[in-house]
Parts: sequence; structure tokens; C-alpha cells
Amino acid sequence: MSLSLNHLKTLESEAIYVIREAAAQFQNPCILFSGGKDSIAVTYLAKKAFYPAPIPFPLVHVDTGHNFPETIAYRDQLVAKLGVRLIVGSVQESIDKARVAEEKGFNASRIRLQTTTLLDTIEEFKFDCALGGARRDEEKARAKERFFSHRDEFGQWDPKNQRPELWNLFNGRKHVGEHFRVFPISNWTELDVWQYMAMEGIDLPTLYYAHKRKVFERDGVLLAESEHIPMKPNEKPEERLIRFRTIGDITSTGATVSVAATIDEIIQEVASTRITERGGRADDKRSETSMEDRKKEGYF
Amino acid sequence: MFDSNSYLNMELMRFTTAGSVDDGKSTLIGRLLYDSKSIFEDQLENIRATSERRGENYVNLALLTDGLRAEREQGITIDVAYRYFSTPKRKFIIADTPGHIQYTRNMVTGASTANLAIILIDARNGVVEQTRRHSLIASLLGIPHIAVCINKMDLVDYSQEQYDKIVKDYRDFAARLKVKDIHFLPISALNGDNVVTRSTKMPWYEGVTLLYLLETVHIAGDTNHIDARFPVQYVIRPYNDEFHDYRGYAGRLSSGVLRPGDRVTILPSGLQSSIKAIEMDGKELQEAFAPMSVTVLLNDDIDISRGDMIVRDNNKPQVEQDIEAMICWMGDQPLRPDGKYALKHTTRDARAVVKDIKYKLDISSLHRITDNPVISANDIGRISIRTTAPLMYDPYTRNRETGSFILIDEGTNVTVGAGIILD
Repeated sequence: MSLSLNHLKTLESEAIYVIREAAAQFQNPCILFSGGKDSIAVTYLAKKAFYPAPIPFPLVHVDTGHNFPETIAYRDQLVAKLGVRLIVGSVQESIDKARVAEEKGFNASRIRLQTTTLLDTIEEFKFDCALGGARRDEEKARAKERFFSHRDEFGQWDPKNQRPELWNLFNGRKHVGEHFRVFPISNWTELDVWQYMAMEGIDLPTLYYAHKRKVFERDGVLLAESEHIPMKPNEKPEERLIRFRTIGDITSTGATVSVAATIDEIIQEVASTRITERGGRADDKRSETSMEDRKKEGYF
Repeated sequence: MFDSNSYLNMELMRFTTAGSVDDGKSTLIGRLLYDSKSIFEDQLENIRATSERRGENYVNLALLTDGLRAEREQGITIDVAYRYFSTPKRKFIIADTPGHIQYTRNMVTGASTANLAIILIDARNGVVEQTRRHSLIASLLGIPHIAVCINKMDLVDYSQEQYDKIVKDYRDFAARLKVKDIHFLPISALNGDNVVTRSTKMPWYEGVTLLYLLETVHIAGDTNHIDARFPVQYVIRPYNDEFHDYRGYAGRLSSGVLRPGDRVTILPSGLQSSIKAIEMDGKELQEAFAPMSVTVLLNDDIDISRGDMIVRDNNKPQVEQDIEAMICWMGDQPLRPDGKYALKHTTRDARAVVKDIKYKLDISSLHRITDNPVISANDIGRISIRTTAPLMYDPYTRNRETGSFILIDEGTNVTVGAGIILD
């Protein structure tokens, strides 16, 4: 008899512990659902954490309006399958209400505008905790995140003044109006997520698997041809075999040339790649600390 | 070729690195990541460009871990950063703790969950005050394994004599600490000697490389598999027709093993029952052991809520309101004698009042300061507390999960103390 867990089971157990801790310590949590594999992982882990009871909190999708249609189809199927409530916060509505102004130009993106919509949604539904799929290995500012991450009444993160997180004791105490972001898969890497999906037999949006799509290159990033991205005259879309390593807003998600069409092939590819996952994210390339700056304002 | 089945047998290992400002800690981590091919090309390109722009002569590997704007601007590390890499044998989580500011707070945080601590010594300087501080904290936090890396061997001509002297000095000092397993390695992080590949410069060294040690040191035995402790985290009640009477106790085993049929006692009430089933995601398990998250169902209908603990009838923890502990202080304001704090222990919340400050520890000399001790930020001391509700605990040396607690300032809600429960 061997009393040891492999690393995936250990990470799964840790994530379930964190999710249950969020359910126990907060009155009104939600899961931030982007349609990407990390938030899908968190959703499936939440299902496990409370089975046979349903997931005791809704999914919140902050919709930029610039989605891949595949993301929305997958989201709606998942919501129906798990019997969970879906709340959509619309960036378009925030623009219509003049809460935010649309960016202009060729590289216009709604990534930054999402923050306002997110914070408005949190306030409207009085969420005191938002669970997310952020991982510490993704980005250098995220490497300093806590499992339980405090946000002040403006939704802001203060990276220099974080609560120490000792053993497995999470301090979710807060004042009225403040909230927490909770990251159950903090310790997972991109490869862990894929290995977990393979181990659990979880299907992901088709965007993650190699497929033919019309793409064009801008600043070294392959972008999908879309009505939401104005093209310059010299930018010519051509059909290529690609897949997406991360899925976000269509305007800033770069494609990777790939032939990996199954989970096993993707695991092989991820294990041997020499480029980071967010290397194709135009939103991170804006400046050296753009993620930190967005996070301080209240981004995911 | 990556073997897609091997990852199902990989263990997870957490280690922390401790070192002073210029002892080459960042270089060592950079070397481990680089030689194990865990640094990506765009990351390397990014830090190369940043180093160049800042007029630095070499690729500054510290930029890999220093991610915050203030850290990059000031060239300092503010907070614990977590790094990940894996080899075909293990997956590693590094808690990289800064050496100079809020030093105790950060190292205690990183050490609290670590299987192993790497303690770096500059071969030119030998055992210094920082070495003693790091080792004391590693010992106090019960890190089972310590790898003492004597770094910069290249700067002492790979001298065996110098290495042996440092090893002897360290052993003399460490004899006063409680560390189960100490390893010594002569390395040069800058040149890669004995980090991932064996050095050809030190034929006198017959031991293993650091990476080999990290991959093979036996950690499965670090978990306490004797004392079954199941703090109830959350009660699952589906409230639907299919699972009408379902009442599941969700939690993660702190230690030990539970099986269906086991006779159990619920603490603090003392009520008894037996385990009907152990489940995860609707599947019944034949056994559950630490650190598994599961749901436990009992044969009797008794009132159990979050903060209670399920244990075996014949192996119970202490159930007390008066607790003796070492406290690592992290608050900006000193620990208040007679002060009241919120306390978190396992899944249990209580309030605690400080009854007595017995002494403060001089972290370098290990002397006990008993004359009017004031415990300020980054100090460690011994205290007695009384809690509003009983805690179900084991001594920390026996159980890191049930032997630890945190204190929270009730006004600011900030975590101000890390408590280690004594026998």
C-alpha cells in the first residue's frame, strides 16, 4: 500500500481545498469564467468539491463582445451540463452607458475596459469573492499572488502590502465593501492543466486543437481574421493550420502554428515548447509591467 | 520525447531558498531553471533586453523572479515569488524568499509548506549570522530536509579544505537545532558546478548534484500517516430529491488515514460514530490519506459543523484552550501583552488573548531574552495564549497542520502572527 499522491492529484486536492475554503469563508462567491482552459479547470474542480450538491455559486462571464463564437457555444453547453447559473457582464453595455470609452486605432482592444465591467458586476451582485483561474507561472506579476488575494473597496490590488499566507491557513477577513480574489490553481503550470484535462477526460473548446483558420501577422503575433480587428492594407490573411494556447478576447489572442489535434499531441507540444504561453498575448506586450498595472486596477 | 504516462507517477516537491543579498540565490535559481530547460526563449530574450537597456554587463537572472515594477526599479525583491519547474521525476515548486527586508516574515511564509530548504553559504565567508538565522527558522518551521549549498567554490579555488571547514562549523552550530536530514554540497551556481551537472573541478567531492538530491530525497515519509485528523471544512447538503438525506462532511486530511468502517470521535463534542463512506465526486474510496480532499459520510445523524474534527476513537489530539507556542511576528505594531486577536487553526476560528510573553529569541545566538521582552515585526518569541473555544491540536513537531495557527488583528484584518504549538 502506497500512501502517496502524484503531483496532479496533490494539486487537485489543494485546489478543491481552496474552493471549499472560499465557499465556507465568504457569503456570496462567484467563479470568473472566461471560456479559457484555466477557468474551465476551476469550474470542473468546483463541481468535484461539492458533489452531489450543485456548485454553490454562479459563473460570471465578462463579455467583451469580441469573442470567438466557439467560446460562447462551449460556455453555454457547460452551463447546461453542470446546471450552474450564468451571469454575463457586458463591456458593450458599459460602453453604451458611457462608463468606459472604446479604444481607437488598429490595436484597439477591450481588455482594459473589462476591468470596469467586472468591478461593476461584482458590485451589482454584491459578490464578496471572485474565484479565478490565474496561475502563478503565467506571468511575473502573478508569481507574487496569494491564493486568497485581498481587494480594497475600489477593487484594487496592493502587491507591496499582501497578507502573508502561512501553511494552509487562508485569511479571508475583510471590511464591508472589500472583496477577495481566490485562485485555486495558483500552483498549476500550463502542462499540469493539460495533463489534468487528459487524466480527467475533459473536453475543451475546439479552438485549443489544431485547425485551419485565416490568420494574419501583426508585430510577430498571428491574429485571427475577424470583423472585430481592423486590418491594415498590407496585412493579408492566409489560411494556416493553427491552434490557440490561451483564449481571451479575439483582438488580442495570438495563434500558434501547430499540428497538435489531440490532448496527447498538445501535451507533447507544450512539454517541448520553448516559448511561454502568454508569448502570443498582445495585451501583455504593451509594456513590461502591463499585467501588474491592470491587476492593480482590479483586473483578473 | 516527453513520456505522456510518466507524469502520472510524478511527485510534487516544495522547496524554499534562503540566502543573503549577494550569495547568488537568484543565480542558483536561474541556473536550476536554465539547466533544466525551464526558462523559455521569450523570457530569456525579455530579460536579456531589459538587462541591456539597464546597462548591465550580463543577463541578470534575478529579473526572472523580480516581477513587480517597484522590484525592477529598485533592484530588490519585495515578496515571496513562486517558481515552477519539473524534471521527468518530480514537479518542483520554489518559494523564493527575499533576503533582506521583512526577512523573517517572508522566510516563514515560504518555509511553512516546504519539504526542503536550500541554505546558501558563500564559500569565502563561511557560516555567518544570516546562515544561523535561516537555519533556525528552517528548524523551527519543521522543514524535514536541508541542503546546505556552499556556493562560489570557484572563488576559493575549489578548495576541499575550505569546504570541510565550513561543513564542520555548520555541524557544530546545527547540533543545537532539530533538523532530521542535512546534506552538504560544494557548488558554483555561476558556473553550474554540481548544480545540474557534476563538477570536474572537485574530484574530492563524492556526493550528488543539487538537482539529483532534489529529485531523489525521500519526501513521502514526511507526511504523518499515523494520526488520523480530519478537520471539517464544509457540510454538503444537496437539498434535492435524489440525495434527500445526504449529509457529507467535506475536508482535507491533515494527517493519517481513514477507511470506511472506522470508529470515529467528533471533537470537541466527543460524540461517536463510524464512517459509512468516503467519497470524491460521487466515487467511493477504499481509503483516504493526507493530503487528500474528500467527503466523509457517517452512520449516525449527529450535529457536525465547520471547525469540528473527525478523529479515530483510539488516537485523539489534545483538546485545550490554554496553548503554549512560539510566535513569529509579522505585524507592524508589536505583539500586545494581554492583547486579543482573531485566531485561525485548521478550519476553526476563535479568539485568543495573550496571557504571557515568556521570552524573545535572539535569532543569531539563540539566547532567550526574558527581561521585558517586546515582540516586534520579524521577531520570534514564546507566548502563552488562551482561546475562546478549545483547539484540537498536536505539537507542531508531530503535525505541521494541526500544530500551527495564525493570529489576525481584529481591527485591520491583517495576519500578524504565525504560531507554532509546543508540546
